[in-house]
Order: sequence, then structure tokens, then C-alpha cells
Amino acid sequence: MVDTAIRRTVGLPAAAWLEVVPSATRFILRGAAGARAAAGEGFGISFPETACRAATDGDRSALWLGPDEQLLLAPDGQVERIEASLAHALQGHAYSLVDVSHRQVGLSVHGPHAEPLLESQCPLPLNLRDFPVGMCTRTVFGKAEIVLWRPAEQLFRLEVWRSFSLYVVQLLHEVAREL
Amino acid sequence: MLLIQCPYCGLRPELEFAYAGQAHVARPADPSTTSPEQWAEFLYLRNNTRGIHAERWRHVRGCARFFNALRDTTTDHFLATYRAGEPMPAIQAVQQP
Repeated sequence: MVDTAIRRTVGLPAAAWLEVVPSATRFILRGAAGARAAAGEGFGISFPETACRAATDGDRSALWLGPDEQLLLAPDGQVERIEASLAHALQGHAYSLVDVSHRQVGLSVHGPHAEPLLESQCPLPLNLRDFPVGMCTRTVFGKAEIVLWRPAEQLFRLEVWRSFSLYVVQLLHEVAREL
Repeated sequence: MLLIQCPYCGLRPELEFAYAGQAHVARPADPSTTSPEQWAEFLYLRNNTRGIHAERWRHVRGCARFFNALRDTTTDHFLATYRAGEPMPAIQAVQQP
């Protein structure tokens, strides 16, 4: 229901800057440094060791959320494959791997106004010096918790928990009207 | 907005943090010999410091980690933040800047 409502909102001609990202496979991986290194081999990406940075290779990405927490993104329909390869790579390590594919909705905000648009409700400075390309972090947007990632200079990706997504989309439209 | 230095993520806005009580409260090592008074003290009694206070904070809307901070309760000024498990920094050393 939320998805339909978002699509309806996003489908407006004035909303070309906002898109719902197609369904994706998402995992939260938690584990210490050893498990992280092993999981990187299983997932095909060496995970970022720097705080608040994302690593991307092809259509797979790993986002640093905390010192022992990573968000893994991959195209839709790869849950079993990724689970199997990570379970194999992580044998002997203590870790937790949770499928959160349907917990959150991906939104992409792009264009020259993306930065001021998000800055209006996000307490972080989003200029290129403080929030460079490749940075990702959990933060807040209005009253909702989001994961914010900047894959390119004028492109932001938001990962919003499903039940907050309509709120975030409508708030973005509200702000866009005043920009 | 008040900025707090997260030991993992760097300077971040206060909105992302949650206060989590007094730091360095040690659980009695041997519960079987601990008196009810000592348990009550461990569970309920906290300092009400005027001045520099060691306390736990959580970067709940960021990296979600708990860490410790030294904060002046009269000015709300954060003197230092450090990771959980690390010793409390000497207060003279952090008062200078």
C-alpha cells in the first residue's frame, strides 16, 4: 500500500528528481574485523574500513554503518545466493547476517537541488567537503531515521524503513515546493 | 546545534545521540556476598554532579555504538569523549583547550 502511494506521488511530472529504487536484496552483517575480512571475500567486495564510507563493485555495495555493522546491497532476487556464499566464507567466525530486503525502501534524490533539499531536514552538512562522494551514514530526516549515501556528486540514495517512507516522500515534496 | 564528537564517526549533531546514564558504574563482582544495601546502591544511586560528570552516550541514529563522555553539567560543554572500555582521560589534560 505504501509502495503504491509512493509510486503515485513520485509519478508526478514535478517529481523527476525523486525515484523509488527498484526492489533490492539487503543484508545487515555484524561481526568483528576477522569476520568482516572473510565476508568481503564471500561477497566480492573488500568492505570499507574507514568510518562512514561505502564500497561498490559492479551492482553490489557495502555500506559502513558502524564499527561492526555493514549494510550489503545487491540486485533483487539474490538472497539465497548471497546467504550461501557468506555462510561458506564465514565458517568459524562469530557473525550475524539478517535479511532486511523488505524492511526498507530505497529512494534516490538527484539533480542540482538534491543537496539543499536534503539539508533542509537532515542535521548533517551535506556540502562536498563534509559529505564527499562515497560517504554513507545513518542519520535522521525530519523525524525519521534514514541511511544516507552519496554515490555521485548530485545523487543521494536514501534507505528508509518502509513505514516511514511515505512520510519522507511527502516531506521531500513539501520542501521541494518551497525551494 | 550542539555538536558531539563520536569516537567512531567524528563530530555529529546532538539530534543523533541519546543519553544513557552515568558511566563507570561497576556491577558487584560477587553477587552472593553482596548486601541488599550494596545492590540498591549499584542499581539506583547515582551521582548528581555539579561540574564534570562521566556519562554514557549512544550514537543511536549513527553508528549505534555506546561510548563515554566527560561533560560539564553546568555549561553542557563536552570536554572529552572516549570509547567504552577505555580509561577515563585525565581531566586536567582535557580542560586546557
